[in-house]
Amino acid sequence: MLALGLAGALATGAMLGPYPLSPVDVADTLIGHPPDPQAAIVLWNIRLPRVVAAALIGAALAAAGAAYQTVFRNPLVAPDILGVSQGAGFGAVLGILLGLPVLAIQLMGFAFGIGTIALVMAIALALRGMGQVLVVVLCGMAVAALAGAGISLVKLMADPDDQLPAITFWLMGSLAGIKQADVAAALPAIVAGLLPLIALRWRIGLLALGDDEARTLGVEAGRLRLLVILSATLVTAAAVSVAGVIGWVGLMVPHMARLITGPRFDRLLPVALAMGAALMVLVDAAARCIAQQEVPLGILTAVLGGPVFLWLLARGGRTWAE
Amino acid sequence: MRRLRLTALVAGALALAAAAALAAETHTITDATGRQIEVPNDPRRVFAAGPPAATLLYTLKPDAMVGWPRAPGAEDLPFLRPETRDLPALGRLTGKGDTVNLEVLLSARPDLIVDYGTVTATYRDLARRVQAQTGTPYALIDGSLPTIPATLRRLGDLLAEPERGGTLAAYAEATFAEIDAILAAVPEDRRPSVYLARGPEGIETAARGSINAEIIDRVGGRNVVGAGPDGLLTVSPEQVQAWAPEVIVTIDADFAAHVSAMPEWQGVPAVRDGQVYLAPSAPFGFIDSPPSVNRLIGLKWLAEKLYPEEARIDIEAEVTRFYTLFYGVTPDRAALDGLLGTAGHPGE
Repeated sequence: MLALGLAGALATGAMLGPYPLSPVDVADTLIGHPPDPQAAIVLWNIRLPRVVAAALIGAALAAAGAAYQTVFRNPLVAPDILGVSQGAGFGAVLGILLGLPVLAIQLMGFAFGIGTIALVMAIALALRGMGQVLVVVLCGMAVAALAGAGISLVKLMADPDDQLPAITFWLMGSLAGIKQADVAAALPAIVAGLLPLIALRWRIGLLALGDDEARTLGVEAGRLRLLVILSATLVTAAAVSVAGVIGWVGLMVPHMARLITGPRFDRLLPVALAMGAALMVLVDAAARCIAQQEVPLGILTAVLGGPVFLWLLARGGRTWAE
Repeated sequence: MRRLRLTALVAGALALAAAAALAAETHTITDATGRQIEVPNDPRRVFAAGPPAATLLYTLKPDAMVGWPRAPGAEDLPFLRPETRDLPALGRLTGKGDTVNLEVLLSARPDLIVDYGTVTATYRDLARRVQAQTGTPYALIDGSLPTIPATLRRLGDLLAEPERGGTLAAYAEATFAEIDAILAAVPEDRRPSVYLARGPEGIETAARGSINAEIIDRVGGRNVVGAGPDGLLTVSPEQVQAWAPEVIVTIDADFAAHVSAMPEWQGVPAVRDGQVYLAPSAPFGFIDSPPSVNRLIGLKWLAEKLYPEEARIDIEAEVTRFYTLFYGVTPDRAALDGLLGTAGHPGE
């Protein structure tokens, strides 16, 4: 059923867009008989890369969020709790300020995102606190605040007519400018980050019991947590560097998935992956269809996702704390 | 030695006071918001509140400038009067994204603050507050394109440069008349659809009727972006494909250089037919950035691009004439090539 829902979302995403293409046109183009050459360009160069990128990014953020919430044993944790989004955001807006080419902006976003987490880890290690979740999180918050200050400074220095609108739009997240090359660039990092999470989903689930319990079951909590942090950082930095900062998905989708599966991480992860992908594809389809103007994803995820989540919550079902 | 320095100081202060007394003769004017303000008869030190006002002030009375809102870039310097190149960057004072510190503003000792642009309640309030705080008269001038001739005359009078204002206003009126004559010869159905591309991805644009795309409307280009609530907006490349513009005008050199190879722009009529034009931007942009009198030469440049047959404009001669008249700098051969050389189609 899950796979069916995801396939439905992907198909819907491929059908919808401002360029007039009927479902038949889309189907014909997909099997290699486009009604006209322009249809092929629109579908292969513009719309499908977006759909694929949306699915990848939605899945990545949801999985990272689910993993974080489990290993930090805290339902309010999102994948950017340690500052990866702010760091990547700072790198990217700095790139915009310097007028760099798009690829360099993305690279700077990715590098700064990874760099931020490296800094957090280094500080936490220096404080001998790698084993303590609280110290790591506090270090993350401090570094994130620093990156946030950097973003504000860049906004202040940016040309208000030219660069500032671009920076603001980028910080709200969008797939408007996505290309095949962007998907190809983000794919390895996202896959490399997701594979350990999927492979180690049993062990990661044990961390929810607490470090001591996990240790009695033969899981080295500190090292596993480090691995989860690195994996989640990798996928989040890759997602943010191509799509900008998209809030809400990493925090809320794991909860929505949990309402279906309950808290066990090994069951939660596949559902979170599929739901994140489907949701992001649909939200991105809405972003390009609602108006002639692109609507930033960050706004849509909050406006559409918030009520859905509250409705699910009100319906009851299984909860986090089970 | 100390006495000598003191004497020099006193002499300097006296000279300043004398200059201040000369400038202190005032009269009362009504600005675009209907505020009555008392302004000096001969303003010597004028602070421009933002880039549009700075451009206007530069063309009318460069020696009264106390600074730039932003430091001019290296590529702009050859096109600016030498005495203005090293003026300090003081920041801007235009509602959103203020960057000037009022103490910095006061230490520049302006006797008049001029703002040029959209006149809204926000700007009226800002003008009133800054004037009350600094004790410096603050005049707001309407910044729409059709009022440019009237603005040049009014501000020329205000700055005690009525002749210069009249000369520039006459050029502006002649430009509008020239554009109207060209448009009279081009029937509606031969006016191309135009997309304004901003940013390296080209997906930032401006709506019909916005100050950023005003000159496209003025030369009869049919902006594919319908009138929107705000000026700048971001769209998806798919939306541009659906619009299928016949001409793309861009202010981003990076976009202009790469658009022909960007997969998502393939098949757009303008890209297919090589109708992508990069607007020159030094020292001020041809399209907007800032939306000021610099757009007069943009009108001619764009008319020549859109209607090469009807608009018999020698654009190099026009640019030379405009830069000499408005900017006080006559570009030489190399400078003209640098300015317009990239203006052809990428890959041409």
